[in-house]
Amino acid sequence: MEYKPIRKVVSGNYAAAYAVKHARVQVVAAYPITPQTSIIEKIAEFIANGEVENLQYVPVESEHSAMAATIGASATGARAFTATSAQGLALMHEMLHWASGARLPIVMVDVNRAMAPPWSVWDDQTDSLAQRDTGWMQFYAENNQEVYDGVLMAFKIAETVNVPAMVVESAFILSHTYDVVEMIPQELVDEFLPLRKPLYDLADFEREPFSVGALATPADYYEFRYKLAKAHEEAKEVIRKVGQEFGERFGRDYSQMIETYRTEDADFVFMGMGSLMGTVKQAVDLLREEGYKVGAAKVRWFRPFPKEELYELARNVDGIAVLDRNYSFGMEGILFTEAKGALYNTDAKPLMKNYIVGLGGRDFTVNDVRKIAENMKAIIEKGELDVEVEWYHLKR
Amino acid sequence: MNTLFGEKKAEAKKIVFTSVEQYPEAPISLGTTLSNFTGDWRTFIPVVNEEKCVKCYICWKFCPEPAIYIKPDGYVAVDYDYCKGCGICANECPTNAITMEKEEK
Ligand code: SF4
Ligand code: SF4
Repeated sequence: MEYKPIRKVVSGNYAAAYAVKHARVQVVAAYPITPQTSIIEKIAEFIANGEVENLQYVPVESEHSAMAATIGASATGARAFTATSAQGLALMHEMLHWASGARLPIVMVDVNRAMAPPWSVWDDQTDSLAQRDTGWMQFYAENNQEVYDGVLMAFKIAETVNVPAMVVESAFILSHTYDVVEMIPQELVDEFLPLRKPLYDLADFEREPFSVGALATPADYYEFRYKLAKAHEEAKEVIRKVGQEFGERFGRDYSQMIETYRTEDADFVFMGMGSLMGTVKQAVDLLREEGYKVGAAKVRWFRPFPKEELYELARNVDGIAVLDRNYSFGMEGILFTEAKGALYNTDAKPLMKNYIVGLGGRDFTVNDVRKIAENMKAIIEKGELDVEVEWYHLKR
Repeated sequence: MNTLFGEKKAEAKKIVFTSVEQYPEAPISLGTTLSNFTGDWRTFIPVVNEEKCVKCYICWKFCPEPAIYIKPDGYVAVDYDYCKGCGICANECPTNAITMEKEEK
């Protein structure tokens, strides 16, 4: 069948819901939380209209239960999905470890939203990044198209390495903003993403019963951690291969875990994740016209962390401006820590500066990127940092 | 009954892994609780009535411990060293062949 995309104008949340439908997900257990709600509302609508076959929706009383039910479903061999945001994700935290430890390839959409208090429903990456060490893979979408593509790819990657994956989109900037999304005809999605083959099939009545998530004494626990660590390492190759296959089939290539934009001859680059990188790319085009040799490096996959690609990038530039829409208190922006740490034992030593931007939905514009470019240029000319971490928007 | 328990225990061994390759990909059935007799916790005890049992093995599949095993004659028996008396087997049995009775200690 020849690939002819179906173009629909949808919000980021609806893009996620359509991807869930096209992935032929079998179980969705979710609890509504702003701004995630319209994902599950749309899925509920698909079910109510009879547009999906074999999709069970489990209404639960909290996010902790949502993840617990998703884990149960995934353990039986079903393709399972949930979605959440901010405090809801925090409430799931304990169960996230159960999912990754039991090696269940669940896919979840997290709509990035600032943690309270002060109460906020706007964009901020601290909620998902606080789940960094739960053993989940994390994909950050720049736009609605990447939300749709990300969910489809996440299922394929997760089910290959048996590690759960989070697809992350920005509150309101993507979740409630409508844009054209190219969707893939069902038959072609089915070819790309065949039915799941579970690692251990709990519903296989031919085999002996077995216990899931068994107790391990100090004699055995360590090896299971190593196996999960190794699965994350292997996932990098799988991510690149699936991303390339996606490009060959549907025209959008995701083989780079860090998408580089006009970086070939760049003096310095802006690095960040998610929707703000769309603004950055546009700013890069304008800055290039003004004579700045700049590029953008969008970190698509935060876990597993693409150390190798970061090294390739870092050894060819004089500076990296890391834009963090998140913060680790007592330290600095989270991506900044990761990027610096990944390069420490290499010979790549660009000047790296951290700009804390957009927390709690604060607007981040092309003009802001220009101001940061001016600052970066001055730093590089001088050869030293003014400050390592700058709270860019602070009212002074 | 006691002879059957003897058979059951001879089969069940603690699993010892000596290299990382031998481990299953996910932590399933490690045999780590074999020496932990969870049967001590029980108040009610499941009793199987073979006249009603149709050998569907739903109880065997649903027992969370798992304390139910299949005897050579095809009927099910409970390993009371591990049965914690939760009653799931009795609840799931389609023919009510399992009843929960107060255990005399
Ligand atoms: S009572 Fe519970 S533990 Fe005991 S045999 Fe039945 S299901 Fe298993
Ligand atoms: S569930 Fe009931 S009928 Fe089926 S095997 Fe167990 S005791 Fe027998």
